[in-house]
Amino acid sequence: MSDNPLLKVSGVSKFYGSRIGCKDVNFELWPGEVLAIVGESGSGKTTLLNCISTRLLPTAGSVEYRMRDGNFRDLYHMSEAERRFLMRTDWGFVHQNPADGLRMTVSAGANVGERLMAVGDRHYGKIRETATDWLGRVEISADRIDDQPRSFSGGMRQRLQIARNLVTGPRLVFMDEPTGGLDVSVQARLLDLVRGLVNDLGLAAIVVTHDLAVARLLSHRMMVMKDGHVIEHGLTDRVLDDPREPYTQLLVSSILQV
Amino acid sequence: MTDLATYNFAYLDEQTKRMIRRAILKAISIPGYQVPFASREMPMPYGWGTGGVQVTAAIIGPEDVLKVIDQGADDTTNAVSIRAFFQKVADVAVTTHTKDATIIQTRHRIPEQKLTEGQVLVYQVPIPEPLRFLEPRETETRKMHALEEYGLMHVKLYEDIAINGRISKTYAYPVKVDGRYVMDPSPTPKFDNPKMHMSDALQLFGAGREKRIYAVPPHTEVVSLDFEDYPFEIQTFEQDCALCGAHGVYLDEVVLDDKGGRMFVCSDTDHCEDRREHGHVGAMLAPNQEAAE
Amino acid sequence: MATPLVVSEVFKSFTMHLRDGIKLPVVNDVNFSVAAGECVVLGGPSGIGKSSILKMLYGNYAVDAGQILVDHKDRIVDIASADPRTIIDVRRHTMGYVSQFLRTVPRVAAIDVVAEPLVVRGVEAAIAKENAAELLSRLNLPRELWSLPPSTFSGGEQQRVNIARGFITSHRVLLLDEPTASLDATNRRVVVDMIAAKKEEGVAMLGIFHDEEVREAVADRILDVSAFSPRKAIAA
Repeated sequence: MSDNPLLKVSGVSKFYGSRIGCKDVNFELWPGEVLAIVGESGSGKTTLLNCISTRLLPTAGSVEYRMRDGNFRDLYHMSEAERRFLMRTDWGFVHQNPADGLRMTVSAGANVGERLMAVGDRHYGKIRETATDWLGRVEISADRIDDQPRSFSGGMRQRLQIARNLVTGPRLVFMDEPTGGLDVSVQARLLDLVRGLVNDLGLAAIVVTHDLAVARLLSHRMMVMKDGHVIEHGLTDRVLDDPREPYTQLLVSSILQV
Repeated sequence: MTDLATYNFAYLDEQTKRMIRRAILKAISIPGYQVPFASREMPMPYGWGTGGVQVTAAIIGPEDVLKVIDQGADDTTNAVSIRAFFQKVADVAVTTHTKDATIIQTRHRIPEQKLTEGQVLVYQVPIPEPLRFLEPRETETRKMHALEEYGLMHVKLYEDIAINGRISKTYAYPVKVDGRYVMDPSPTPKFDNPKMHMSDALQLFGAGREKRIYAVPPHTEVVSLDFEDYPFEIQTFEQDCALCGAHGVYLDEVVLDDKGGRMFVCSDTDHCEDRREHGHVGAMLAPNQEAAE
Repeated sequence: MATPLVVSEVFKSFTMHLRDGIKLPVVNDVNFSVAAGECVVLGGPSGIGKSSILKMLYGNYAVDAGQILVDHKDRIVDIASADPRTIIDVRRHTMGYVSQFLRTVPRVAAIDVVAEPLVVRGVEAAIAKENAAELLSRLNLPRELWSLPPSTFSGGEQQRVNIARGFITSHRVLLLDEPTASLDATNRRVVVDMIAAKKEEGVAMLGIFHDEEVREAVADRILDVSAFSPRKAIAA
């Protein structure tokens, strides 16, 4: 158990005029931990995710990340070049709609290899080998390596997006509703894959979802948001099995049984 | 009859030339970087070399000797028109001989003859942005250049190899200039790319419609992008020039009849003429010589 | 440590906000400890809070007051106030839990479900799988089922997967919630033997057993949870 957290979020708030996007969010994330941020539409979870992944400038607060050299850097005091580099190497971001996180008009192999080429890999054979390996890991048949994602199903596209993000060995992955819009059987496969990869690679992840079952399956810790505030926070199974706050109790009791 | 108002020297007014020269200086200071400039309306439409014409007009002086080529030839319609244009508005000397020219404006070819110090090669450029067809957003490509994020360029080359088994781009082949900016050399064949590297001459690029100027100063490194296991290669031709017998030059294919007859001749017309003047003959002309003897 | 688990002055109630905030007390002033090598059985009528106590010890339920002290990696951790990371570490290395129902994960084979607690502790996958196979054989789970995800298994089959998963590690504290409820006599005896073996290893166990025969066989002492019942407090 390493002693230093990977990410420190302090007092992060985002206001749109007088409207609250999210308010006063504090937490730390350690390597290998998966944190789920759950809430309904309008809870502020996506706003929060964007604030901590440098996609949206917070109105207040700070987000510090422990770089590979061990030093903590305030993400919003970095140059844009450094932030973009971080996004491409040490971090991953899995979008809800895979088309937002892929280049739809280049082949699957090129999609996976792009990050490698962006950090200077210049050997075609090795890049292709790495891409093939990753396609295998996300259960995409190797003979699809030269096909464009346009010809892939939704679940396949999402798995490709995951491979594209993980190829540079990131330490922290953000996921925005990774199973949203997928068929149930496809969701199950994807979740199992993500779960396995997170375990195998020791990834830290922050998963935004409105689906409590996804949170239960993937995360160690959970944050429940409502109207921009974090109203409950703790061990995932504790929050789901022994919810304390009224809103959490409402959420948990609203899940339909199959 | 009093003289009607004539054109200002080289057509453009002095302030415009100043503006363009400033852009050119900036471009020379940052090799390969696309400098925006206020492209003027010229007496030819976009797509007909307005960028190259504006660059030439901004740098040309009464002492200059101008050569204009189009796909290597001095005698195509466009080359002839542009040359005539400058004769009219600048009254400069013109030539078809590469070695006699001080300014060479070109569309899509670099002369075979090695350029020397003091010469300026002005390229006509349609789309200056090498990443344009991979990333349509100008906001994104500007950032990519600023932050030296060129992974996407290699993605394109990767795709070529994956689909065609080799890098299939044969013209407008992207290059890295001075180890920093990735540049589009204009639609010159990749055969010409090595000529750009460490040239003694100054190379200027003008895109009129897109309103960009860029430059490669003399003695600058220009390296074609490739992969370690798929290195950059220029085209090779099996044949020699049918007219002058030149080997290792860029050849044009000319259809002779409707029975499939064709011949390959130098794309660079000056080069070909020059060689023939010095007695070189190619296969097509050799039988005639023998017949004459 | 001789007494790896100590529970002190624990209070818990549920506040049902969806029902106008009525408060349902669960347990008051729970105090007990479990020694190494001992199996303590929680007794008392149904609904008295036995399962809830186990869940509190595991960190699955929160407590309103009190301490739950576990000897973990040579220091004492208070589950009642520990942060999530610590609780996960305790669960990974020190405290195991065999729940009544198996919460199945899609697509993971039964044998991998059983092997997982070893794998997350760093044991090589092949070895972990071997151990899992051994336990599943002992529990008479048909071999054909090992490579299938347990979601379609019968109650008894799922329970055996659960038990194997709980017993595969060398955790020093084991919490057992009705581990034999859906098992036949043969397999009940297997579990009794497994508990005895754990006792030999010095594991502290706390369990709920409805089956009298099993209870007699494994219990070193019986703790009547009615002593902690809020109803008693009201009556008094």
